[in-house]
Amino acid sequence: MVDFAGWEMPVQYSGILAEHKSVREEVGVFDISHMGEFFVGGPGSVAWLDSLLTNNVASLSDGAAQYSLMLNERGGVIDDLIVYRLGAEKFLLVVNASMIEEDAAWLNSHMAGGIEFENASGRFGALAVQGPSAAGIFEKLFGRKMPDERNRILQLGENFVVTTGYTGEAGFEWIMPAGEAVAAWGRCLEAGAKPCGLGARDTLRLEMCYPLNGSDLSPDRTPLEAGLGFFVDLGKPDFVGKSALVAQKAAGVPARLCALRVTEKAPPIRPHYPVWIGGNPVTETTSGALSPSLGDGIALAYLPFEFSKPGQEVEIEVRGKRFRACVRKKPLYQKET
Amino acid sequence: MNVPENLRYAESHEWILVEGDTGTVGITDHAQAELTDIVFAEPPPVGKKLSAGEVAAVVESVKAASDIYSPVSGEVTGRNEAVEANPALLNTDPFGAGWIYKIRISNPAEVEALKDPAAYRAQIGA
Repeated sequence: MVDFAGWEMPVQYSGILAEHKSVREEVGVFDISHMGEFFVGGPGSVAWLDSLLTNNVASLSDGAAQYSLMLNERGGVIDDLIVYRLGAEKFLLVVNASMIEEDAAWLNSHMAGGIEFENASGRFGALAVQGPSAAGIFEKLFGRKMPDERNRILQLGENFVVTTGYTGEAGFEWIMPAGEAVAAWGRCLEAGAKPCGLGARDTLRLEMCYPLNGSDLSPDRTPLEAGLGFFVDLGKPDFVGKSALVAQKAAGVPARLCALRVTEKAPPIRPHYPVWIGGNPVTETTSGALSPSLGDGIALAYLPFEFSKPGQEVEIEVRGKRFRACVRKKPLYQKET
Repeated sequence: MNVPENLRYAESHEWILVEGDTGTVGITDHAQAELTDIVFAEPPPVGKKLSAGEVAAVVESVKAASDIYSPVSGEVTGRNEAVEANPALLNTDPFGAGWIYKIRISNPAEVEALKDPAAYRAQIGA
């Protein structure tokens, strides 16, 4: 067990490799009760969220969810989150555990008239069921077919089930009242999902190059640098951080979050390992792991723009020795079809 | 948890098999179970002089890197290249094929200061 944003959480149950494999090949369940839940409602909540988040909230249809970012005035990332549209002016925001207090304070400091805001993080538990067999678990649990489309919300009272995830596999995330979480976990296991911990959650998301806030995202890096431009709508009238992003786009993005794969036998790559190019240390890894699916070390690192193209050769330093690696196209792992 | 009778143990979960003035060093069954999924091992080079308690090798599981401390002082006389090629041996056979290095023991009194199997069993609650 490890401490994660004040939560005592298991790194692994049976072992990271076995858990990773079960999510890639069958189905696993993660306890993600540490994630934060905010409710936003009231007249004007669409415009209010659109002024604080990068993605286009107005374009989101009822019953759908979208990935978005909350930025500071400099365009740096405060947090990344999922916005659920529950109704015309009714939203659920799912935020990172470590950022619950800061996000809530930021939103409250930008409060507008008519907006109802509730930090409901303490009232809810959450599970993520992920893997090619997740649809079977969904059917057993909810007695209906899992939507094929991503980002679809099924609301059953205070249960919110949405076809999202952090693994690159099919599946869903299920938010339920905290008192129901233990029973929900048991039902997932009974239905055939394998218990998975934080370790596999990290290797799975890193193979997909999904960023982790606090590691790969930071208040000093913009979403354009992080390669998340797809989730930023610069066509919106305004949002916090927009002018900084527009200026950065015009001047040229100075660095990009690149996917690296080791190309020789090397120890596993970890966060904060120095990255060298042409005999000079230029940056460090923000995330790193041994990829269970690929069998090689993989990492993310912000490289200066001129070195950020796939094919760029780099070296990653591990305990004073340098090992060859290469910038690769994201995602690092792709399912064979 | 397996704790063989013929070995001595360091508090940091290394074992040593003493034969004459040579010791063979590895990590315990308890240590490999805690680490799980060992994917990298780097035994020390032959000829390296180690002091008791000094970092002798590194093993890494998927989740973390761990230093392996030499239970005794001396000079490295052999390294197990098999665990370098196949680190999973540390999981599957920690007291056998998963040995890490051999050392010429320079101070036999250090062996006496290590834990006997009963004391190590008590430490890990086995």
